Amino acid sequence: MFLRIVYESFRRQKRRKLLAGAAITLGVTVATAMIAVATDIGDKINRELRTIGANLLVTPQEDTLDVEIGGVNLKPPTDGAFLNESDLPKIKGTFWHNNITAFAPMLPVNVALQRDGQTQQVTLLGTYFSKRVVFGKEEFKTGVRTTHPWWKVSGAWPEDSSRDVLVGERLATRLSLHAGDEVALSGRTLRVSGILSTGSSEDGEVVAPLGLAQEILGKPGAVRRVYVSALTKPEDALGRRDPKSMSGPVYDRWYCSPYPQSIAFQLQEAIPHSHAEQIRQVAQNEGAVLTRIEGLIFLITLAALFASALAVSAAMATAIFERRAEVGLMKALGAGKLAVASVFFAEATLLALIGGMVGFVAGGLLARQIGRSIFDSQITIPPVLFPVILAIAVMVTFAGSAAAIRKAVGLDPVFALRGEL
Amino acid sequence: MSGGVSNSAQQVAAGRAHAPHTSMFFRMLMRAAVLRRGRAASALFAMVVAAAVTTAMMNLYVDVQAKLRREFRNYGANIVVVSKDGNSLPADALARIESVLGGKGVVAPFALLVARTGDGQPIVVVGTDFDRVKQLDRWWSVSSWPASSHQALVGVRALPVVSPKNGPFDLEFQGHTIHLTAAGTVRTGAAEDSRVYLSLVDFVAWSGVQLSTIEVAATGSPEEISAIMQQIGGAIPKAEVRPVRQIMEGEARVLGKTRATLLAAAGLIILTAALCVLSTLMGWVFDRRRDFAIMKALGASDRLLNGFFAAEAAALGATGALIGFVIGIGIAAWIGRVNFHAPVVPRFSVLPFVLAGSIAVTLLSAIVPIALLRRVQPAVILRGE
Repeated sequence: MFLRIVYESFRRQKRRKLLAGAAITLGVTVATAMIAVATDIGDKINRELRTIGANLLVTPQEDTLDVEIGGVNLKPPTDGAFLNESDLPKIKGTFWHNNITAFAPMLPVNVALQRDGQTQQVTLLGTYFSKRVVFGKEEFKTGVRTTHPWWKVSGAWPEDSSRDVLVGERLATRLSLHAGDEVALSGRTLRVSGILSTGSSEDGEVVAPLGLAQEILGKPGAVRRVYVSALTKPEDALGRRDPKSMSGPVYDRWYCSPYPQSIAFQLQEAIPHSHAEQIRQVAQNEGAVLTRIEGLIFLITLAALFASALAVSAAMATAIFERRAEVGLMKALGAGKLAVASVFFAEATLLALIGGMVGFVAGGLLARQIGRSIFDSQITIPPVLFPVILAIAVMVTFAGSAAAIRKAVGLDPVFALRGEL
Repeated sequence: MSGGVSNSAQQVAAGRAHAPHTSMFFRMLMRAAVLRRGRAASALFAMVVAAAVTTAMMNLYVDVQAKLRREFRNYGANIVVVSKDGNSLPADALARIESVLGGKGVVAPFALLVARTGDGQPIVVVGTDFDRVKQLDRWWSVSSWPASSHQALVGVRALPVVSPKNGPFDLEFQGHTIHLTAAGTVRTGAAEDSRVYLSLVDFVAWSGVQLSTIEVAATGSPEEISAIMQQIGGAIPKAEVRPVRQIMEGEARVLGKTRATLLAAAGLIILTAALCVLSTLMGWVFDRRRDFAIMKALGASDRLLNGFFAAEAAALGATGALIGFVIGIGIAAWIGRVNFHAPVVPRFSVLPFVLAGSIAVTLLSAIVPIALLRRVQPAVILRGE
């Protein structure tokens, strides 16, 4: 009889059930989408923050001081130590290799530039533009186009294997060079594939593929420094501690957390004779911005959950309130409070389960759409969320119905049937 | 006879319809609210929550950008002013830039040269104003800032070069020597680590080199910042004013994405809240079909009935919106304090939108059930069918 009441209630009151079900579905959709966005926003914003530039710098351990003013390096080019280019792919072999989005080696060389019969000293910077690097079975592309996304080129980016160069904007204006022209650099004639604009010292330099710079310097495989762009976690008390002072388990926890310090430590381990350090301007501030945005989205998700809980409750309360006459009839026929309440709760559970499932799927699609249109990448919902969302849907539906059910159960059948309440 | 009765009834009805008793109208509104306070309260509650959430989201949406921009100013300068072709900047350049900014930003001067250490190694020495640098470059990890003259701030990599035994050291530039002590070290992970920093006064007295670079961290939207850059260029014609693209572009990107996410979230939340109000209110109005039937049976015109329910809905919407607005401002301020450690400034310009939106939603949720009920005979409703 109990099952029949519930079944018939769904069969005969399709419109009302659809209305309440729609409210639950909408509520769960919004809640799912917001939870998915909130859990993923940290990673997404972290990737966006990488556009501010590399956050780690690897230099040779025994390097001499840089003497650089206004983009002109006065240090003799052969002075000091170098890193070995062949060690660089090992960066992708570190524990946090998935967090390392890209790296770019740099090798500044002083060259003589001949133009219109005049010779002047300029800096030539050798680097990767978008080079294919192989480590083990993994193949990936890395270079300044990823680590320095604010570099703009009018013309074309040179191929990493070519002998084409980019000329900085200020230098190009001074020498009236254009994309496609040829320049004489230290006795070599090179083609200018594009004009580079960066807003900093590179505007007065020539930027070339790393191999060409090594050839001019006469040191094959030499790299002066490496910029590494890594997704990191905002540093906390543990992150700031000195790894040497840590005990075993604490050290393991430090080592296995993507703090800027621990990733720098691992880079130092991977590249022989190197010194890795966070670039504090980028690394420190990124944590602050990330924490703020994550906190904001978290608080807004709470508001969204609250609003959707309220929508579900309101819909359930209305649905039950409209069925006073039915309650009166049941009670007049001798149904106890428990029987009446259990009919309503069973209906609410059924509605919540159906609405929860449909809402979860719709919320997933919505989150994916948000991810695609805002961040150009997928936001995926961890399947673990499914039972959690379903449980929340049932709980909210129950909570929303509870007050209305209590009132319905307490009705006097006579008044209820006469519709006087 | 019967015709006469219905005639006079029609006259009464017409009389009532054409000369509505204002006091009666308000009494009905008041009594409806008081007698069914449970249902009225739940409808009002839904309205208040919806208005509060909407107000909070709109306030945040406007304010979060300014808050995040301030967060981004911790990245340091977004404008660099350098002298053209190796000349030095005019002596009052700093004052001129500060008057352009009008307090909306931080400025720090820099003068650079290459000196020789005691054993003849070249090193970059920078003269600056430490109090300003402290505000501009907050990420500098400094062990202790110089407090008096002839004290220097030494980069962690420069320290072993200039002062291997950690004692006082000399620097030499074009035959002039300065005697310094290291007050502390600076660590940034960038070029600063291999430099020595002095106060600008010491630097100029020693070398005679004037300041060549001024870094500016200006707060504001991209349009405001480009206006500031133009004004600085106008105030110091001899200088070249450059944006720090690395910082500006990253900031614009992150802010844009955050704004878009916030907008999507706000849209979803406001939609949910509006639908919640709609369903609650429709239930409420539908529930009062007996009132509607009685009024109609007593001869109220359609116009009067529409007016009555519309006025009721509008009153509810307006009350809910006002209470919700106050609560929403509170929520926004709370989120501002918890997350940004600065209150979100209440924006009263949001109020008309919230008010209009609330009244529109309540009117809609009153009109739909009334339109449905109007087709039904009062007798059918009164018999409870």
